[in-house]
Amino acid sequence: MELFTQSLREAARLLFEASPYLVEIVVRSLRVSGSAVLLGILIGIPIGIAVGLGRFRGRQIVIASIHTGFALPPVVVGLFVYMLLSRSGPLGSLELLFTPTAMIVAQALLAAPYVAGITLAAVQAVPPEVRLQALALGASPRRALWTHVREARLGIGAAVVAGFGAVISEVGAVMMVGGNILGETRVMTTAIVLETRRGNFAVAIALGLILLALAFAVNLALTRLQQGRWTAMVAASRDREPVR
Amino acid sequence: MMSRRARLRLGLALLPALMAAACALGERQTGRLVIASTTSTEDSGLFDVLIPAFEAAHPGMHAVVVAVGSGEALELGRQGDADVLLVHSPAAESAFVAEGHGYDRQPVMYNDFVIVGPRSDPAGIRGMDDAARALGRIAAAQETFVSRGDQSGTHMRELGLWRTAGIEPAGSWYRDAGQGMGEVLGIASESGGYTLTDRGTYLFLSERLALEVLVEGDPRLRNDYSVILVTRAKNEAAARAFHTWIRGPEAQAIIGEYGVDRFGRPLFTPNAGATVP
Repeated sequence: MELFTQSLREAARLLFEASPYLVEIVVRSLRVSGSAVLLGILIGIPIGIAVGLGRFRGRQIVIASIHTGFALPPVVVGLFVYMLLSRSGPLGSLELLFTPTAMIVAQALLAAPYVAGITLAAVQAVPPEVRLQALALGASPRRALWTHVREARLGIGAAVVAGFGAVISEVGAVMMVGGNILGETRVMTTAIVLETRRGNFAVAIALGLILLALAFAVNLALTRLQQGRWTAMVAASRDREPVR
Repeated sequence: MMSRRARLRLGLALLPALMAAACALGERQTGRLVIASTTSTEDSGLFDVLIPAFEAAHPGMHAVVVAVGSGEALELGRQGDADVLLVHSPAAESAFVAEGHGYDRQPVMYNDFVIVGPRSDPAGIRGMDDAARALGRIAAAQETFVSRGDQSGTHMRELGLWRTAGIEPAGSWYRDAGQGMGEVLGIASESGGYTLTDRGTYLFLSERLALEVLVEGDPRLRNDYSVILVTRAKNEAAARAFHTWIRGPEAQAIIGEYGVDRFGRPLFTPNAGATVP
């Protein structure tokens, strides 16, 4: 019990003082995971829209694969990226192993299925009449598609938030391809592992609390988006009624 | 709607585009020295002192440490993912050099392994000076022993001691944790078991552990750290500079003093220039 209270007190002091070690690690975590989600968006949103609205052979298999991606174990992605970027691997000449870039690549691969899967669901949830109506009103097919995607924007926003939530708390992949190097690739999760091993429980707890606060903020944003989407959809269907 | 060909093109463009974008978002890191070392050295905090001193002595050189088990550190060297190694697994190191993966293996420092266990010492090994016989007594009493189980230098040493004792450790009393030294000490402490540990990590964590040093002083418990140059090193000049510097007077003095202020004794004894074990 003494260990617990003493560590908590010390953690609170570290947070209050915003110790430079903590600040640096938190900023790096946000930058790495933020960049990864940005890349995940570039990959995931086009795929989500294409699969959600397209009709092609093997579509079910593609959707199942995307959903399997939700359960992609970070260590497996880490191992894959590690072997890809190792100096003995196919992209070894780029010398990217144990750099933030390697961590961004790994986390982008983890975030992309979330973004694609939730985007897919969001564009499918928009009633097809939206697009048909736009076409009937003389919009070009491209314009009509845009109208449809715009209707799904809150869902797509939720996809981005969920992707971020998935990678910021991940430790397996960043540990493997980043190497937990002080001042370069040490992020919140890998620092928690190291500081616990070192017996510096206070530092680990302080980082854990920041991570929890971030997760809460992410989920709050997600909840608000989802609730907002519900109201927006109700409002939209009400708007459409006179036309029917 | 995208045509099938456009979708295919998009797919093919993804991987290189991903790499390029990640490069732009990340930082450029060229010409840095990658030192692969062990979790025990990292956990002791020694590198936090050594690396800044090395960089100060070599302007323009940038060194980073990747801390893994000795087994994985040697593998990093084999793959060319590290430029220089600082490890403590003599038999595996000899094989590594003999296979041509590394060269110029030189002693840097040593400390010792100790067998730690609960104060009550149910197996009755306190004060024994033969580590293998002490392990034999733990096995005979079927008392909990926590093993690293990760091919690390400490794990290899433990397996060697079991061989000396003529025992194949197995059974519910023998726990293969598969984790680093800090975690294994925690497990042993929480479960009232014994384990083999390097003295440095034990001292570093001792105030949080319900474990005491029970067996020490056996010559077979000596823990030697060597520095090895990697054949496939990318940054050979910096690797050689580190290989020389770590054995020089400045680094050896830092090593000899490290830990004195906190534990009243150094965690490692420098021994550059001695013969390799």
